[in-house]
Amino acid sequence: MNVLSERNEMNQSSSISAPDENPMVRFSGVTKRYGNLTVLDNLDLDVSANEMVSIIGPSGSGKTTVLRMLMTLETIDQGIIYVDGNPLTHMERNGEMVFANERYLRTQRNNIGMVFQQFNLFPHMTALENCIEAPINVLGLKRDEAEQRAIDLLRMVGMLGKKDEHPTRLSGGQQQRVAIARALAMRPKVMLLDEVTSALDPEVIGEVLNVIRALNSEHNLTMLMVTHQMGFAREISDRVCFFYKGKIAEQGTPDQIFNDPQNDRTKQFLSAVLDAN
Amino acid sequence: MSYIDFLFEFSPKLLTGAYITALQMLCASALAILVSLTFGLLRLSKNRLATGFATVYIEFFRGTSLLVQLYWIYYVLPLMGLTLDAFEAGFIAIGLNFGAYGAEIVRGSIQAVPKGQWEAATALNMSPSLRMRRIIIPQTFSILLPPASNLLVELLKATSLVALITVVDLMFVAKQINATTWLSAQTFGTALVIYYVMARFALTPFLRWLEILAARKVGKV
Repeated sequence: MNVLSERNEMNQSSSISAPDENPMVRFSGVTKRYGNLTVLDNLDLDVSANEMVSIIGPSGSGKTTVLRMLMTLETIDQGIIYVDGNPLTHMERNGEMVFANERYLRTQRNNIGMVFQQFNLFPHMTALENCIEAPINVLGLKRDEAEQRAIDLLRMVGMLGKKDEHPTRLSGGQQQRVAIARALAMRPKVMLLDEVTSALDPEVIGEVLNVIRALNSEHNLTMLMVTHQMGFAREISDRVCFFYKGKIAEQGTPDQIFNDPQNDRTKQFLSAVLDAN
Repeated sequence: MSYIDFLFEFSPKLLTGAYITALQMLCASALAILVSLTFGLLRLSKNRLATGFATVYIEFFRGTSLLVQLYWIYYVLPLMGLTLDAFEAGFIAIGLNFGAYGAEIVRGSIQAVPKGQWEAATALNMSPSLRMRRIIIPQTFSILLPPASNLLVELLKATSLVALITVVDLMFVAKQINATTWLSAQTFGTALVIYYVMARFALTPFLRWLEILAARKVGKV
């Protein structure tokens, strides 16, 4: 109840462009510091259900930190993050909001899935085992059911033929596709893609991007994607956020950001990146 | 007495001693592995009391002499009401001592598992204990086996100390034979060879096989 009233207050006070009353993800005044370095500075960001948001910006601008905080891999210093209307980083205790403990986080984390730059597949398990481990041991699915789910997903990402291979026997692109299937097997509402093509050889980037395209068009998923693939961000996103020094310097539709950027930093960044390409 | 005659006469006795050495080694290793895992994990605990307890244990057993520990367990504990026979006291002292070294290997190997593996497990909402059991520990084997093999070979040789608390192991038998025959070169020479054969042709190949198995499991071979 406290949670709801707090949210309403924030709805009134926030000046975020998204008018969504019930965003899937809400960052409200979130600050993250490492010592004296402020990585994220009082960030407000709403992401609507089924929205695809790309996060772009120079390195060190806090892009990846946004995803890592949402995946609860980093704690936050100030502010609060909500997912699907529930506080993620905080919980209610005796009528007050306090930082969430591990037990509370475990009740909320199933809503979120993440794909990493370095894939992070479990090397001692086959592709299939990677995809059924958490559904069985975390969600409590029966083995048959988990395997069926994993097989469907591996087929979707085009990796069914390699389901019994260990990660070391797969190329980077193949590993990343398995990692996407593994995250999807938990049926998250929000998918986080953290520079998923940055560690890949140029010729296999396309196969991973195709999987993400299919995900975006065929599934009801809210996605946040940190990327350096400007062409892809432009093609697939509903909204693009340009981060600079821990803040959103500019956000808008891909058309606005790429064709008519208003902020000088955005212009500089885009011209540098597009020149490089 | 020729060396052949010496072998005919004393090898049954020496082999009985070697058998006891092997038993000491097995019991001490089992205890050392148990201690290593327990204290290695405690060292990484978030609970300060647990970490502190593990640190004190490891510091104590690494920082004092194994021989003195052996004497304490065999000669001093009975004064406090705990009497162990020589065989038990022997492998317990060695197991506790080598467990302290092993705990540091376990801790180091767990910390050597890449951070991405911990994060991927967390992102799949695994509980800390599930993550440790299913994701992290299985990956530590290939990291910890090379240093652990080293330690186990060291442990085998350390078992010779139990002769000093009257365990009738290979070293004890060798000293007995030496005392009655004065054939020191033959006696201790043969004992050396037997220790070497046990380490080089039984223990080492077995550990090497485990290493390969563990490396294959994580796709390193």
